[in-house]
Amino acid sequence: MTIGGPTAPAGTAAEAPPPRSSPRRSRRVRSARAREDRRVGFLLISPTVIIVFTMVVLPILWTVSLAFQHVRLINLRRTGVLGDYSLDNFHDVLTSPGFVDALVTTLIYSVFGTACAIGLGLLAALALRRPFRGRGLVRACMLVPYVAPVVAATFVWKTMLNPQFGIVNHYGTTLLGWNDPIAFLSSAKPVTLFGLDLHVSQSLLTVVLFEAWRSFPFAFLFLTARMQAIPDSLEEAAMVDGAAPTQRFRYIVLPQLLPTIAVLTVLRFIWTFNNFDDIYLLTGGGNGTQVVAVRVYDYLINKANIGAAAAQALVLAAILAVLVTVYLKLFGRAEEVA
Amino acid sequence: MSTVSRDAVERRALGVLRPAFIVFLLVITLFPFYYMVLLSFRPLDQVLQHPGALWPDPGEIDFGTYKDVLASQADGGQGFLTFMKNSFIVAIGTVVLSLLVSIPGAYAVSRLEFFGRRQIGALFLGVYFFPAILLAIPLFVFFTRIQQRGTLTGLVIVYVAQVAAVSIYMLRNYFDTIPASLEEAAAIDGCTRLQAMRHVSLPLALPAIAANALFVFMIAWNEFLFALLFLVEKRGNWTVSLGLSQLSGSIEVPTTVLMAGSVILTVPIILLFFVSERWLAGGLTAGAEKG
Repeated sequence: MTIGGPTAPAGTAAEAPPPRSSPRRSRRVRSARAREDRRVGFLLISPTVIIVFTMVVLPILWTVSLAFQHVRLINLRRTGVLGDYSLDNFHDVLTSPGFVDALVTTLIYSVFGTACAIGLGLLAALALRRPFRGRGLVRACMLVPYVAPVVAATFVWKTMLNPQFGIVNHYGTTLLGWNDPIAFLSSAKPVTLFGLDLHVSQSLLTVVLFEAWRSFPFAFLFLTARMQAIPDSLEEAAMVDGAAPTQRFRYIVLPQLLPTIAVLTVLRFIWTFNNFDDIYLLTGGGNGTQVVAVRVYDYLINKANIGAAAAQALVLAAILAVLVTVYLKLFGRAEEVA
Repeated sequence: MSTVSRDAVERRALGVLRPAFIVFLLVITLFPFYYMVLLSFRPLDQVLQHPGALWPDPGEIDFGTYKDVLASQADGGQGFLTFMKNSFIVAIGTVVLSLLVSIPGAYAVSRLEFFGRRQIGALFLGVYFFPAILLAIPLFVFFTRIQQRGTLTGLVIVYVAQVAAVSIYMLRNYFDTIPASLEEAAAIDGCTRLQAMRHVSLPLALPAIAANALFVFMIAWNEFLFALLFLVEKRGNWTVSLGLSQLSGSIEVPTTVLMAGSVILTVPIILLFFVSERWLAGGLTAGAEKG
């Protein structure tokens, strides 16, 4: 069911191929060639269809089937397609302690992670807009956090934030006057802002910052590409009229970027919502950072309860589908422009 | 009058803020990787005593960490040489297999009118947005059943399925830019569709194919979740990513040695990236600037 939802934004971005009038015309002239095309088309696409069908489509259907059965790693061999179907897994999962918390954590993580990543990406794209010597190299450097292996990136962050010998805490205590080293990744202490309890643990804030750091290059890349397509003449005209830089941004650049930002929001939200690697590697899901994806892994491997894991993964996908659908309904117009 | 002064004030403020922000961006993007290299060369006791050092003291530089991390377990090391071999096998295997599958697929989606062409495009993009963890469960179960869970082959097949969608998308965009008239000319000269594809469009698409190969290599080299699920019980088959994540959980391996492992994991990707950066960025955002 998620196929319909998440596909739409990319679909609209992708479905703008050049006009295909010429092959169509030639087809009318020579139908033998059209028949050959159809045959060759099926032939060429079939390896892809086979591998995607067996490794992606069937597994998704199988997840649905597993979610309704009592499957544990031990009785896996005896489970067939025609098992005892029941809603028990969903009942157990939805009422189990911690599930709602994990869902809220996932939402906080994806909303703030997405917003920070796109915000930082936008600022970076704007800062690097005007040409200067070495700009190409600086732009390339911006992409490094995104292409670097996630395992290495998380390991460096963990070391830098280490309370004993991490460089951040070293300079925090010696230069910034922190009283104690901060346990960035192993503290469930809630963050307070102006005395307000935000229900966000220190660790959750850290993983959100990590997500912003790791994903802003993606937003930066696409926003930079979009900015290059804005004609200079518009801004030059505004400049002649005495528009200040912030006014030019607000009234000329930003409106042109909004469709791209809308698409980026959907993509980044989907990927952050489903993200497993970053949080698993940074905190293992402890200290108020357990998102649903990490919880699914925990049920699958540590609890060896495949049925419950599948049920949670389905709930995750369903919620994502609903959220994306609502978003597209609200901002659908912007999507069509993109 | 007031707008003119606002303009002047903003220009002056931005003139200071812009360079400062660019420096800030460079620090946050590059410093972690500099720190990684730095720690990999410093002895552990020095790191513990002087955690704030921003460069190694002269004479302090120590290549021993790299020897430790690369040497096989039998020689008292961590066996990263084996992990690198596994990562290369998996990454190259994924690249070759996925190109064999996605070049014809992308060509068909771009050029040929056949039943279900549009639906296939939509379906593949949908696949790309599916949560990996949702696929992980049945694939875990499936490969356990056919007893292929600990093998690199199983992992490669899963990776190919994962990247097929984005590969076809990237390559199709490129095939779309090659004028069909070139192939029509070849057809008039008596070429069949397949011959026209092989001799006309494929050579023209080589830059896109190379960019796509690098992109797939990076994905396969960096991948973590499926490697964890499939290979964790077989140390001999660990990839570099998996090896680093597993060993960083144990207290026996010094952090500096693991930093050397991180450098080994990161350097091939960063090198590839800087070599191919222009093609890659262009290939990924193709179509994004259409507005």
